[in-house]
Amino acid sequence: MTSDPTLSPLQLMQQNLDFITAAIPWGRQMGFRVTKVERGHVWGHQPYKDKLIGDPKTGVIHGGVITAFLDNLCGAAAGSTPDDARFVATLDLRIDYMRPAEPQRDILGEAECYHVTRSIAFCRAWAYHESRDKLIASASAAFAINKARPLNTMVKS
Amino acid sequence: MTEETLLRAEHVNAYIDRTPFAQLMGMRCEIKGDEMTTVLPFQRKLIGNELIGALHGGAMGAFLEITAQAQVYLMTDLKTPPRTINITIDYLRQGRAQDLYARAYITKMGRRMASVRAEAWQESRDKPVTALMAHFLVIDS
Repeated sequence: MTSDPTLSPLQLMQQNLDFITAAIPWGRQMGFRVTKVERGHVWGHQPYKDKLIGDPKTGVIHGGVITAFLDNLCGAAAGSTPDDARFVATLDLRIDYMRPAEPQRDILGEAECYHVTRSIAFCRAWAYHESRDKLIASASAAFAINKARPLNTMVKS
Repeated sequence: MTEETLLRAEHVNAYIDRTPFAQLMGMRCEIKGDEMTTVLPFQRKLIGNELIGALHGGAMGAFLEITAQAQVYLMTDLKTPPRTINITIDYLRQGRAQDLYARAYITKMGRRMASVRAEAWQESRDKPVTALMAHFLVIDS
């Protein structure tokens, strides 16, 4: 990870997509990645894995995987909005499950931070196989925005 | 009644044992009659922020969801675990690098839907770390 002090957190995220999930052990277990970041909008990919199955009869991935995936995408969307580096903490997260994910298929996700105040970021997120027209789940979350901190203290060296 | 609840407990334990995702988290449940406490023993892989050593919110949320689902499964005669309609997770305190416990309470058992509340705690039950509200479909598909 580069920590050029002239870069904004957003630029740093864009140049180091894997850095966003690198410091998250549970994220590494799930195997999800952030694939694209714009200010307040992120896209991600959650691969299908046998160890994530929630229903052995059908091979459908557990809803808890989508919870972690959408929570992290929302957090990244919230974290991409301030001009300085800040941690965000989830206050609450609501998930509606529209239909089960299809077995053996990867899941795509997208999160949008649609309003930010000095202390709170409001986000929405979606999980799907092809497009937002056919959702697996949708999420809505609020994040507390913490104090600014030096960029190079955001990950363990 | 006793025989029936015993049988239900076996169903719930079998569900946790044969579900890969529950095994990945490493959770287990302790059932005494109609009362159930779930345990999520601490493991490094459950961490969400290495810098502060906090448990991942997604892991705690999933743990509570399975706890609520297992409680409904325990109290009904469903053949398969109930399907989740939605969940709302409240993050009340930081989850520390310690074991996490949870209990679920059925607020309303309807004919098609169940409304459930669950709470997770660490050192003391009156200081919940995370709370959950969930709705489940209680009909066999």
